[in-house]
Amino acid sequence: MLTMNLEGLEMIAVLMLVVLFVKALGWFGLLEAGYDSVEDELELSTVRHRPEGLEQLEARTRFSRKELQILYRGFKNECPSGIVNEETFKDIYAQFFPQGESSTYAHFLFNAFDTDHNGSLSFEDFVMGLSILLRGTIQEKLNWAFNLYDINKDGYITKEEMLDIMKAIYDMMGKCTYPILKEDTPRQHVEVFFQKMDKNKDGVVTIDEFIDCCQNDENIMRSMHLFENVL
Amino acid sequence: MAAGVAAWLPFARAAAIGWMPVANLPMPVAPAGKNKRQDEMIILNVSGRRFETWRNTLDRYPDTLLGSSEKEFFYNEETKEYFFDRDPDVFRSVLNFYRTGKLHYPRYECISSYDEELAFFGIISEIIGDCCYEEYKDRKRENAERLMDDQEDNKDAKPPNMTCRETMWRAFENPHTSTMALVFYYVTGFFIAVSVITNVVETVPCGTSPNQKEVPCGERYTVAFFCMDTACVMIFTVEYLMRLFAAPSRYRFMRSVMSIIDVVAILPYYIGLVMTDNEDVSGAFVTLRVFRVFRIFKFSRHSQGLRILGYTLKSCASELGFLLFSLTMAIIIFATVMFYAEKGSSSSKFTSIPASFWYTIVTMTTLGYGDMVPKTIAGKIFGSICSLSGVLVIALPVPVIVSNFSRIYHQNQRADKRRAQKMQKARLARIRISKQGTSNAFLHSKRNGLFSEAPEFTSSTEEDQRLNKSTSLLESQHHHLLHCLEKTTNHEFVDQQYYQQSYLEAGLQNYPSRSPSLSSRDGVSGTCCTRRSKKQHAPLQNASGPAHMQPLTQVHAHPRGLQELSTIHIQPLSTSRSSLNMRVDEPASLNCQSSQITTAIISIPTPPVTTSDGDAHLRAGPAHQNVVKVSAL
Repeated sequence: MLTMNLEGLEMIAVLMLVVLFVKALGWFGLLEAGYDSVEDELELSTVRHRPEGLEQLEARTRFSRKELQILYRGFKNECPSGIVNEETFKDIYAQFFPQGESSTYAHFLFNAFDTDHNGSLSFEDFVMGLSILLRGTIQEKLNWAFNLYDINKDGYITKEEMLDIMKAIYDMMGKCTYPILKEDTPRQHVEVFFQKMDKNKDGVVTIDEFIDCCQNDENIMRSMHLFENVL
Repeated sequence: MAAGVAAWLPFARAAAIGWMPVANLPMPVAPAGKNKRQDEMIILNVSGRRFETWRNTLDRYPDTLLGSSEKEFFYNEETKEYFFDRDPDVFRSVLNFYRTGKLHYPRYECISSYDEELAFFGIISEIIGDCCYEEYKDRKRENAERLMDDQEDNKDAKPPNMTCRETMWRAFENPHTSTMALVFYYVTGFFIAVSVITNVVETVPCGTSPNQKEVPCGERYTVAFFCMDTACVMIFTVEYLMRLFAAPSRYRFMRSVMSIIDVVAILPYYIGLVMTDNEDVSGAFVTLRVFRVFRIFKFSRHSQGLRILGYTLKSCASELGFLLFSLTMAIIIFATVMFYAEKGSSSSKFTSIPASFWYTIVTMTTLGYGDMVPKTIAGKIFGSICSLSGVLVIALPVPVIVSNFSRIYHQNQRADKRRAQKMQKARLARIRISKQGTSNAFLHSKRNGLFSEAPEFTSSTEEDQRLNKSTSLLESQHHHLLHCLEKTTNHEFVDQQYYQQSYLEAGLQNYPSRSPSLSSRDGVSGTCCTRRSKKQHAPLQNASGPAHMQPLTQVHAHPRGLQELSTIHIQPLSTSRSSLNMRVDEPASLNCQSSQITTAIISIPTPPVTTSDGDAHLRAGPAHQNVVKVSAL
C-alpha cells in the first residue's frame, strides 16, 4: 500500500513535469505562428471611397457645381474615409438633438438614404437623397417620405411601421417636454394619421393614398417647400 | 455644436421633411438666410505668416474673437487682411480648432504662453480635446505649484492677524517658519530617538547578578529606565495635546494616521501606570510594551522619504494584494501536495497540511532554513517545482512596485491619484455641460421669443435686426429644426426644472373637463417666465384662479376631439396684433415684470382653422389647434 502510494505519486510528478515542459514549448513556439493572422486582418479594414466626378454628380443631381463643392467639403470633414457607417451617422444626428434619443430615427433615416442597402452611406447616396429632398418635385419628396415610413419597403405602410416611426420621432423629444409625454401619445398620433390617410380603411396606407391625401392637405404642402433654401 | 457637424445641418434640416406628413400643426417659417454671400476666403496675417481660411469656418464659433465681429478691429484696409501681432505657432492650434472642432495642446509649447493666446482669442481651455487634456492639466498644475513654491520661499513675513492657534499650527506643519518651530522639531526628534534606543537597550543583558542569571538592563536599572520613559512620554503627551489644540479641525486631526500613531505610542505607559503590580494582567501589560515601538513611526513627520514610501505602499495596494493572493494560492496547493507526498515516509516532519505551510513559504521565498526537508522522491520533485515557481511568482509584481515608487519619488506628489479622480469627474461634468449648452441655447432663445416668424407683423425692424444678430445663422437654423420637431409632436422642449415642477404638479392637479360651450376664459400673458411670474399673480376675476397658479399638464390635443380634453391650458393669446407687437418689442422677455399683461380671450372650440396667419406667430399658432398652455402666475 505504501509503495503503491509512492509510485502513484511519482508518476503524477513525472506527468506534471512533462506537461509543464510541453506548455513552455507551446508558449514560445506556437505564439509566433499566431501573430501573422492578426496582422493580416488589420490591412483590410481601412477602406477609402472616392466619389465619382463632379460632372457626373452635377448631371445626376439638381445641385450646382458650387453647391456640390460645399456639400462635399462638409461631408469629407466629418468622414475622412468617404463613407458613413450607421454608427457615425447616428452620432452626427444625435448632435442636433441633445435632449432626446435620436438613434432609432437615425436608423430609419439611414435606411432611407442608403438606397443600395450596402450598410454604408457614400457621398453619392448622400447627395442623391439631398437632391430629392431639397430640389425635387413634390411628388418625389412625398415618395421619399413614403419610403422612409415604409420600413420593410413592401409598398404599404402598416400601423406597426407607422407606430415605430412615430415612437422614434417622439423619442427625439426626450423626457423633459411640456406637456409630459404619455405612453400612448405616439399611438394616438398614429390613429390620427391613419384616419386622415387611409381612405379605404383597409388598415394600410398605399403610396397613392398617401400622395393623394398629402396633396389635399395645405399644411403639408406648405411645409414641403419649407426647406428649399437650405443650401 | 461641433464644427464638423455644422456642415451636416443642411442635411438634418432636409431630413426633417420626413416629419412633415406626420405633423398636424403647421410648421414655423424658416429663418431667412441673411445676405447669403458666396463662401469667401479670409486672410489672417499673424506676425507675418499668412493663414487663409473660409469665412464660414470662422463663423462656427461666434463667441470667440475670430468668429465674432471683434475681429473687425484688426482689419487692415490697405492689405485687405486681418493682422494679429501674436505668436504664429500657437495660432496654428487655434485655427485648427476652427477647422476640426478640436483644440489640441502642443507639448513643446509653454503652458503660460498657450494660455495667454487662448485668452486673447477668446477660447476657453476646457474644450481642449481629450487627447491633449491630461497633458495640459498636468503642465498647468506643475506650473501652478512651482509658482506657489516660489511664493512661499519669497514670503518670510507671516500674514498678520493670525491667531495664536493658527500660528502654532503653522509652526507644527512647517518647522522652517520660525526658530521656535525648528527648536521644537529637533527636540521632539531627539526624544523619539532617545525613547526608541531606550526600548532597545532595555532588553540587552548587561552583566550577571550574583545568582548567575543574565539579567536584562531593564530589570537592573529599573528606576533609571522608568524615569527616561516618563520623561519621553510626558514630552510626547504635551506635543500631542498642543497639536490637538492647534489643529484647525480637531475631528479630522484625530482621525489622521499620525495622531493615531501618537496615541498608540503613549497609551501603553498610561495603561501601565494604571495596572501596576497586578499579577493577572501582567502578561497583557508586557504585550502592551510592544506598542512602544510605534514611536519610531513618529519619525515619518521628520522624513519626507518615509512618507513617500508609505504612500507608495498604499498606492501599490493592488499589486501587493495580487502578490499576496497568488502566493497564498500557491502555498496551499504545494502544501497539500507535499503533505500527501511525504505521508508515506516515516518520521516525516510534514505532520499536517498547516505544518507544510511553513515548508512551502520558506521554500517559495527561497529562504530554505532546512528544518523541514522532503525525503521521498515525489516530495523532492514537488519541492523543486515549488521553489522554482516561488521565484517566478514573487518576481512578477516586484518591478511594478519599484517603478511606482520611483515615479512617485520623482514627482514628489502625494495627492496624485486623488487629483486624477477629480479630473475624471470634472471631465464628465464638462461633457455634460457642453451637451446642456446646446439645449439650453434653444430654450433660452425660445423664451426670448427670438422666433420672428411673421416678418410682416414685427415691423419694428431695428429691434428685430438686433435680435437676429445675436444668434448666428447656424444657431437660428438649428433652433428652427428643433422647433419643427416640437410642432410635429405637439410637445415642447422644456428644461429640467420646469419638467420636474410640472411633473410634481401633474399629480396634484387634474383640472376637470370643460364643456365645449364655455367659450371664453381670461388668461394672463407671460408664457415664458414660469418661475419669475409665479411671484406676480395678476388678479383674476373668474373662478379660474387656481388654474393660473400652476402649469397644468395637458393631454395631447386632438384637432377635433375637444371633449376629451381633461385639462386645459390657456394660452396667453391676444387677438390684437398691436399688443403682440408690443410684446416682441421688448427683447429678453424674461423680464416679466412688464406691465403689459394682456388678458386674452380665447374661444376654445374653434375648428382647426388653417388661415394664413395661423402659423404666423408663435403664440397665435397653437391656439388654433386648441392647444393652449396656461401661464404660471
